[in-house]
Parts: sequence; C-alpha cells; structure tokens
Amino acid sequence: MPDQSVDVDEITMAFTTRINGINHSVDVDGDTPLLWVIRDVLGMTGTKFGCGRALCGACTVHMDGNPVRSCAIPIERVGDAAIVTIEAIGETPAGKNVQKAWLDLEVVQCGYCQSGQIMAATALLAANPNPNDDDITNAMSGNICRCGTYLRIRDAIKAAAQSLSPHIQNG
Amino acid sequence: MSLVPRSRFKAESGSLSRRTFLTASLAAGGGLLLTLKLPLSAWGAASGAGPVDLNAFVQIDPDGTVRLIMPYVEMGQGTYTSISMLIAEELEVDLSQVQYEHAPPNDKLYANPLIGFQMTGGSTAIRATWQPLREAGAAARMMLISAAALDWSVDETSCQAAKGEVIHLPSNRRLSYGQLAARAATLPVPDKVRLKDRKEFTLIGKPAKRLDAPAKVNGTAVFGIDAKIPGMKIATIAACPVFGGKLKSVDESKALAVKDVTQVVQLEDAVAVVAQHMGAAKKGLAALEIEWDEGRNATLSTADIVSQMEAASQKPGVIARNTGDVDKAMAGAKIKLDAIYQLPFLAHTTMEPINCTVHVKKDSCEIWVGTQVMTRAQSVAASITGLPPEKVTVHNHLLGGGFGRRLEVDFIGQAVKIATHVDGPVKVVWTREEDIQHDMYRPYFFDRISAGLDLDGMPVAWHHRITGSSILARFAPPAFKNGFDPDTVDGAVEPPYAFPNVLVDYVRHEPPGIPTAFWRSVGPSHTIFVVEGFIDELAAAAKKDPVEYRLALLKDVPRARAVLQLAAEKSGWGQDLPDRTGRGASVQSVFGTFMAQIAQVNVSNEGQVHVERVVCAVDCGIAVNPDTIKAQIQGAIIYGLTAALHGEITLKNGRVEQSNFDNYRALYINEVPNIDVHIVDSAEAPGGMGEPGTSALPPAIVNAIFAATGVRIRKLPIGKVAVKAG
Repeated sequence: MPDQSVDVDEITMAFTTRINGINHSVDVDGDTPLLWVIRDVLGMTGTKFGCGRALCGACTVHMDGNPVRSCAIPIERVGDAAIVTIEAIGETPAGKNVQKAWLDLEVVQCGYCQSGQIMAATALLAANPNPNDDDITNAMSGNICRCGTYLRIRDAIKAAAQSLSPHIQNG
Repeated sequence: MSLVPRSRFKAESGSLSRRTFLTASLAAGGGLLLTLKLPLSAWGAASGAGPVDLNAFVQIDPDGTVRLIMPYVEMGQGTYTSISMLIAEELEVDLSQVQYEHAPPNDKLYANPLIGFQMTGGSTAIRATWQPLREAGAAARMMLISAAALDWSVDETSCQAAKGEVIHLPSNRRLSYGQLAARAATLPVPDKVRLKDRKEFTLIGKPAKRLDAPAKVNGTAVFGIDAKIPGMKIATIAACPVFGGKLKSVDESKALAVKDVTQVVQLEDAVAVVAQHMGAAKKGLAALEIEWDEGRNATLSTADIVSQMEAASQKPGVIARNTGDVDKAMAGAKIKLDAIYQLPFLAHTTMEPINCTVHVKKDSCEIWVGTQVMTRAQSVAASITGLPPEKVTVHNHLLGGGFGRRLEVDFIGQAVKIATHVDGPVKVVWTREEDIQHDMYRPYFFDRISAGLDLDGMPVAWHHRITGSSILARFAPPAFKNGFDPDTVDGAVEPPYAFPNVLVDYVRHEPPGIPTAFWRSVGPSHTIFVVEGFIDELAAAAKKDPVEYRLALLKDVPRARAVLQLAAEKSGWGQDLPDRTGRGASVQSVFGTFMAQIAQVNVSNEGQVHVERVVCAVDCGIAVNPDTIKAQIQGAIIYGLTAALHGEITLKNGRVEQSNFDNYRALYINEVPNIDVHIVDSAEAPGGMGEPGTSALPPAIVNAIFAATGVRIRKLPIGKVAVKAG
C-alpha cells in the first residue's frame, strides 16, 4: 500500500485512513475519535456508539488486527494502520465463523452491542484459535451487553473455535 | 406491564376472550387483504384513545408473500419472530414466507388492545396477538381452501392447506396461495374458525430462528441512531444538570470556534451544539461555559427524598386490598415481624444511547427514531410544531434496547425543539453521561411490611404499605383512579400465598426533582423483592425451610407450586454447600406467567458477593418460541442481577451523581452466573415473557445471602451492604 497518510495541506488537517482496505480522506480535527469518522463522516453505521469512554466496547474495531475502542482513538493516532470494521469482518475466516456461530446459537437480542462483541471475539480467535474459558473472559470483559447475552456469547465463541479448528479440543 | 387487570391467581391477565372481527378485501395488485378488528380489553378501552376500528393487517400477495403490518416494535425481545409464528402456524406457511413491516403511528388502527394505544411494553405483545392473529391465519386458510375448491369444482373437505399451497388430495392438484389470493378475496369471511389444537402445532412451541438476527451480526441492522438523511447534521446536548433548572446564559462563540460546528441552539433548559459530526458536536459542547439557573432543586439530595418518603409512609395510604381483619389477626399472633424494605432509583442504560432524528419543514415534520410509543412520538412533535398529527411522519427503527426508557418521548420532544432551529434534518444524540443523568428513573420505594404468625409459624396477618411515585398517574392518567395505581402495587396486592388476612395500602409520594418512569418488570421490579424477601423472613422466624414454607402456602396455586418444586429440584435444594455459600428462592405470578428462581451465592469473608448459579423454572403457558423465552429469561436475570448488585442513582446538589458505566455499573461477562432455564409444558394461553425474569431475581439473591451468612438485606443495591464475616 502506498503511504497516503501524509497530507501536505496541514491547514485543513485532512487525514487519510485505510478502512476495510479502502483509503478514505477526511477533513476533521486531529482529536476527532475514529468512531465518529467511521460513523458520521464515512456513514458506516455498523460500528456503534455506547459510552464514549472505552467502557463498553460497542465501538470495537480492529487496528492492525488488534481490538481497539474507536471512541477513544483520535484519528491523528491512526496513521496508516489498517482498520477493519464489522462490515468487513465476515471476509476473514475467524469473522465468518464467529458470525455463523452467533446465528447458530441465537446470540442476539436487541443486537446493538453485537458488532463490538463480534469484533472482540474475532480478534480473540484470530490470535488464539483455541481459547479456554479464562481466555474468553479476558478478551470479552470490556464489552457490555445490557440484554444479557453473555452466556450465549461464550458458547458461540467456543462453537466458532471448534469450526475454525475442528481438530482441536476446546480447553 | 401491569397496566393490565388481572384476577386472583389466574394467568389470563388481560386475555382477549371476545372474537376478532375479520374483513377481507382485494388488495392493490390482486392480493388478499385481511383486516382485523380487535375488541379492546375493558382496560384498554378505559386507558386508551377510544374505539379501535381496524387493528392489524395481513396481506397475501400474488407472489405468495404473506405481509404483516407489525404494530409492535423489536427491541430484542424477539417479537417480530414470535408474532410472525402465530399467523404462519394457522395459515400453513413457512415462517420464511412471512414478511413484516413497521406499522406507522395510528392509535385507531394499531392500538395494543390490552393497553388502549399503540404501545409495545409490559410483556403484552404475544398476549395481545395470540388469539386474533391465529384467527386471522385460520380464516385466511379457510378462504384460500374455498377458493381452490371452487376453482377445481371439488368439495372443500377433499382439500388441504400446507406450506403455502392448497392441495386437492385425491388428484394431487395444487394451487399456491398467491394464485388463489385474488379469488379468496371475493369470498365471505367464515363465521367460525377452528383453531389448531396445540398437538397440531408445527411452528408454535418449536425454537424458531430470529428473523432479525442476520442483519444484527454483520452491521447492516439499522437502529434509530443509524438513520442517515441527506444533509443531516449531528447535535449533542447538555440539559440543566439539576432537574427543573433553566438555562441562564451561554457564550456560543467557544463552540462555534470548533471546526465543523455549525450552530448552537439554546432551549429553555438545555444547550445543543449542532455540527457535521458527533466528534465536533461533543468538542463544541465541552468548550462551552454554561450558566444555569438551577431553581428550587439546587440543593436536593437522595437523603432528602428518602426522609420525605419515610415521613409519608407513617400514614395509611389508599387501600389496594383489604381481606379479613388484619388488626385483629395481628393482635392474636404469636410471633410478629415488621421490616422496612427500600429500593433505589434506577436508570435504564439501553446500549443504544438516546437519540432522535428530526426534519422540521414548513408544512410537515419527519422523525426517525426507535420508540415503544409511535403515536406519542407523533403527537409530541405535532404539539411542538403546531402541525396536525397527520403531517408528522414517524419512521420507526430497531430499538437498541428499550427496558421502558423508550416508552417516554421526552427526548423526541427535545429533538423536535432543536430541529425547529435547524435548517434541514438533525440527529440529536445524547452522550452516555446525558443518558444516565437525564433518564426518567425507576422510582425509589419505601415499603413497610409486617406479619403475624400463629403457633405453627404460619402467617395469619400480612400488611404491606408501599410508598413511592405513581408512574401511571403521569403516563396513563385514566388508569390512575382515586389514588390507586394498579401497576405500583402489582405483585403485592395478590401474592400467590394463602394469607387469611391481608392489607395492602399505597401512599403516593412524588419525589421532587427527579422524573420517574417504567423500568423492566415495572411494578413487580419492586414488589416482588419486598414480598419474597419478607416471606423468607417469615420462614426463618418459623424455623422452617423457605421452600417448604412457601409450598405450604401455595397449595391452591398448582402452577406456582409446580415451578417452585421444579426449580428447587433442579438446583439441588437442600444439598450441602460450602461455608458462606447458600441458596435462596423466589416465586411469583405476574405478567400472566408463573416463575420460580433459586440463586446460589457465595459471600467471601470480605463481603464480596459472587452469584454462582441461578436456576429458573417458568410456566408461561404455551411457549411460542421456546429459545426466545430462554434468551429473555437469561437476559432478564442478568438485568435484575446488575441492579441488585450495583444499580443505584443518587442525587447530590440536585444532580445525578452517576455518569457512565464506571460508576453506574453494568455486568460484564466475567460476573455472570450460570443460568439454567426450565420451561414447564403447559396448555394455558401464553403469558408475558420480557419482564418476569428481572423481578424474580433480586429476592432470590438476598435470600441466598441470608442462607450463606445470616445477614438479611432489605435495601438494594447489595453492593454497599456489609456482609463481611465475623
């Protein structure tokens, strides 16, 4: 990828951010949280606003594969990191399996937090295809679901892990 | 919600026994259009906007699609799926053939017959649609069969409907519903329909996949906050931090200096910053120095409110029930107990923060929102803009949680006011801080309860006095009569137990400086905690096992007995547990559903409460979509547990002290117990399912803490109560 993150026009403070493999130029203040760039400036509404303070995980996206809370990442700190959102996560093996497990186990209720839950779960499985209960707890303990779908989230992550690596026993 | 009258010990609360009136007509495009005229329940007629002409619509298109206009909104409870199942079952179509669309706001056409206006809440949707939608499906099926029989010139009895087709059995000829719809529309609606026996159900009672799930796992589901209108601005708001206060002054220039901020809007009691995106709106709002006239609540604290309530609770209230002679029975009792139970103000914290998008034009107004009360959204906009209601269009969306918060239209009115100052559409989004500090709260309750026991330890007298806000008096004034609020006392007036002498009275006390509203499990969110906590105290005073004690008092209520016995059995009730670990029970009959829960709790020496397991047994009548029922109960238990452990809104200097999830806690995955749900097979009509799991949970927890430690907790949340060892 060519580096398009350096914009010569410092007065407008434009930023180029690579989201789901596509470069987007946005002209916003550098301290604008990535969340609002994604949702309001670019109109990709799958990523959700929940608390604005990285307390609930609804806004979770991947930044170079790591789950981050986009409400707490200023756009000026994104640089040329690759951002992936819920809209594209199904194109990864882990994301696809997580989404399928979510449907198979009927995880969702209101569904509002589930983009963030799925992004957190996918990052976990991409890094650790065979998580045990503690791994799941550690990876998912920043994501709030007020409908209380946690038990199914746990089961769905295990099911997704199983379908990703069927030869491995869940710990 | 217990806006619905109920009769003692019966689960048919608010059921519709009268026949649905159906009419058929030819739909545009050649389909069959069925309109349903539903009788309002007596309650619905009393509390609502007037008679309902036509209530729900089912249409069969020439391509065979069954279209359902859905007056009930989806906020996670699975209602789109369960209601679609009702029509599909009798119509003999696959669930995948049913499409639904949000109904527009119209109380005349889409009133909830149990409530009297177009509202989703109170666990009423299935109860309201159970009979009429199955009747509509059955009538349509019979008309389609008649149409086919006429076409083939054969006897109807030789035809059968299955999977969207009518089949002539002897010849195996088939016609699809789409082919038959236009002809069926010309036929008379049958006078009598035969509904399936439950043994014949092919959909009802079997887990069905949620129709709304696929869009909720790939980011395409559109909630109110996701509305995208060309030219739309984003606004965020600061209302006066003290309820009832007004805006004194604000220098707009600091916000206007922020890049992408376009406008500052001053309302009487709030300031909104309008921008190209929420990031700029928040930054602009943070830059403002706002002066408030805080008004008369400027020094108010929770302690002030509680002491007022305590004083109010000294005097008798409006009598909600008076059976036998409590005074006389109490005088003759061998053991007397009395206690004070208190429950805090609670916020809803739906995951989707409060938001509403509005475009006020010269002659009309458009609103994009997720609301449980479509027509109220329309009328509040009409009254603010001065437009006739029919000029206000409301586009309803998926709700990112409701829990009662989206039964209110305060934020819709506020957004409309802001929009009247903005050229073009504006989406008003509250921050989480605004959501928690300007919610409308589950009321604080201050209950006095006393009982007298006979020589055997069984209750001879029971007196429960409730003091707290009446939400109903504001929300549905016609339903609040002579000081009596049937919701606030629901669960207390008719506990399932055989008490010979019962007095329940209600002291309405509206707290100053804090608005109140319905919260998941509504009235019983408070009453069940008190009743089930206190019955446990009675059992302890009688030195009896708390489950056995309850069962002895439930001998005339077999469905309550059955769920309690089942939950006890599945929980291993009576089996030994480690030190400082205990089990606690609750049982209830509310929302037309019987439920028992057994919680298993460990309390550390330092007082840390760890809920290990909750076992729930439920008899909700016929379980329409059993997997959704389990999901609702799992979620409702976690909602109740969150409140029991942590939930508390407090005021200091008139301001809500909590602000976000760090100090108004939600449970995370690491704090969630194992939850086992057991559904009792039942032939009764369906009961409500969204609420019951929440009200049943907190008493089971405090009763388990008592079993584990001997400490009796009568005030929520538990978090601040010392249950340390020694």
